[in-house]
Amino acid sequence: MFGDYSIGDLGSIFVMQGFAGLILFSVYVLMALGLAIIFGQMGVINMAHGEFMILGAYVTWMTSNLFQTYLPGLFSGYFFLAMILAFFASGALGMLVEWVLIRHLYKRPLDTLLATWGLSLMLQQAYRSIFGAREVGVELPQWMLGSLRVTDSIEVPINGVFVMGLTVLITIGVAYVMFMSRWGRQVRAVVQNRIMAGAVGINTAKVDRYTFALGCGIAGVAGSAFTMIGSTGPTSGQLYIVDTFLVVVFGGAASLLGTIASAFSISQTQSTLEFFMSGSMAKVLTLLAVVGILMLRPQGLFALKVRK
Amino acid sequence: MSDETNKGLQSAFRRKLLMGMAAIPAITMLPRSSYAQAPATSAVNTTGLAVTDTEVTVGILHSATGTMAISETGSIEAEKLAIEQINAAGGVLGRKIKFIQEDGASDWPTFAEKAKKLLVNDKVAAIMGCWTSASRKAVLPVMEQYNGMLYYPTFYEGLEQSKNVIYTGQEATQQILAGLNWIAKEKGAKSFFFIGSDYIWPRTSNKIARKHVENVLKGKVVGEEYYPLGNTQFNSVINKIKLTKPDVIFTDVVGGSNVAFYKQLKAAGIDLSKQALLTISVTEDEIDGIGGENIAGAYACMKYFQSLDNPNNKAFVPAFKKMWGEKTVIGDVTQAAYLGPWLWKLTVEKAGSFDIDKIAAASPGVEFKGAPEGYVRIHENHHLWSKTRVGRAKLDGQFELIYETADLVEPDPFPKGYQ
Repeated sequence: MFGDYSIGDLGSIFVMQGFAGLILFSVYVLMALGLAIIFGQMGVINMAHGEFMILGAYVTWMTSNLFQTYLPGLFSGYFFLAMILAFFASGALGMLVEWVLIRHLYKRPLDTLLATWGLSLMLQQAYRSIFGAREVGVELPQWMLGSLRVTDSIEVPINGVFVMGLTVLITIGVAYVMFMSRWGRQVRAVVQNRIMAGAVGINTAKVDRYTFALGCGIAGVAGSAFTMIGSTGPTSGQLYIVDTFLVVVFGGAASLLGTIASAFSISQTQSTLEFFMSGSMAKVLTLLAVVGILMLRPQGLFALKVRK
Repeated sequence: MSDETNKGLQSAFRRKLLMGMAAIPAITMLPRSSYAQAPATSAVNTTGLAVTDTEVTVGILHSATGTMAISETGSIEAEKLAIEQINAAGGVLGRKIKFIQEDGASDWPTFAEKAKKLLVNDKVAAIMGCWTSASRKAVLPVMEQYNGMLYYPTFYEGLEQSKNVIYTGQEATQQILAGLNWIAKEKGAKSFFFIGSDYIWPRTSNKIARKHVENVLKGKVVGEEYYPLGNTQFNSVINKIKLTKPDVIFTDVVGGSNVAFYKQLKAAGIDLSKQALLTISVTEDEIDGIGGENIAGAYACMKYFQSLDNPNNKAFVPAFKKMWGEKTVIGDVTQAAYLGPWLWKLTVEKAGSFDIDKIAAASPGVEFKGAPEGYVRIHENHHLWSKTRVGRAKLDGQFELIYETADLVEPDPFPKGYQ
């Protein structure tokens, strides 16, 4: 297969392919983090995760339109504000959904699956009615387009580097909140023993609400970032949901570290295979490997130690 | 959607339309229908279709909800515009067209069910509808069993022909071959890289394209890649394109993947003004989502572009925008959908009857001189004779016409030597 190409060419391609794998890894982590928090810490199967992401994307689109109309001078920086707005918009919607819907279903985890699936259909139709059935094009500032030229033959896409940086920041942020802050300690306490946590004075209902909102907010940021690499339409969220669940379940539902490890292994397998065979076949083999490993280790890669 | 809401909608855009009616020269160009000499219903309708002395009912069957609403909205809009214009010009055999709209909801069994409802309960005289091949395949047995007439607007893979369907879009050889010939000649292209979404239309189209490249153009296909529908990561295949350095990238990626593909192509530093790319899946509709800056310079092979410079199109585009808003864009399929009601009207008038069998028999040879794409004619195989065009995407999301075939291209749904 590679007989016709020079060593130099192949070398650069492998470097770029390595970056492609890392970018895929960042995308997976970014889209799975929010779900890992909600699914892992609360046991809620949130099928509407993709729609929370797309809300972030639409917020980004609206922000870019606002800046173009009223503040064209600051357009190059709008994306940062858009991500913050996306976080709060999706977070606020998440809080509302938790209050109206989810909190009544904590004791019936399988029903949350149905309820959030219904919610995802409702949100899709709402986006369609509000923003139109057609996809919208989010205009990006000039500096985010194009690629960085590392050497003559190695080019790295700027949006990929941006997503990687963002992923690192958010992961550190989430790790800090979950493992260092007082609130994170409360969240973990509620996960481990809800009754005892309540007994020592933690407002578990409030902790639940904010945990759910945080997960949704991160989904919003992910959606905002993905306007750089994907489409923004009423049903675009559906493109991400399967991969997202795959990453979270494979990693072991309750473990953030597991989510990262699983995103890494899936993305590297996928992008390596993609290079040697067609995209569809690569996907099939990746899924086969995941299914195989899950049969041997049903609890996922990393799981909390539990007594059986 | 129920009948009642339909009427509400109808009157809403009728008001809008009336305001702009004076500005639609298309109507005056078309032959006035004979309003006065409306023939007796018993003579023109012998099979019990929904035809009265003053009205005839047709069905519109597209996805207004679900994934496909993105694409099918334009078709619904075009068909409603055509029906309004036909009514304003005197209707069909002196009868106003009334339509019943059903929602296929992007679900193929729903399409079949709704088609049955339209034919059996509503007795519609024709159905304008379907978009994906999957929905057409689901509806086809219903059309044949209950003897209906379907006007299908999308360019598709071919390998089908039915008495009960008129295909107003191009089949694969019609769409692809002229474009490949042009790019081989113009750019001296010898090596091609194919990339498509993984389902029947891209696979069939690429099979035809590969045979043509290898046997006729004596070129080479250096890569052929398929990605699952909805895939959002194309960095690996872009690296392969960089490695194989093809003269032409030939793509039929669809849906949300399309947006991801062009954004990532641009981000990877592939400059479409230097690297030739020929797509058969991007119309003005898709560019709305992709963003003009991400795809400027790419070539698309279609039969219609919104920017076409001819009198029919100059009347059609403003009429469409007047009805559906200044910002709407018109892609290839939208235009093909607009042809449906007109071709049906012309066929009914040629046959002098609404009977399905008579329409099916009268269809070959029916010509429509008012088509926005220019003159079209129905072939014996129920597809359209039409020109093939190559356009180049511009920053503003429109195409600039680069090339068109001198003559109409013959539709060939079962191409010999390409299967």
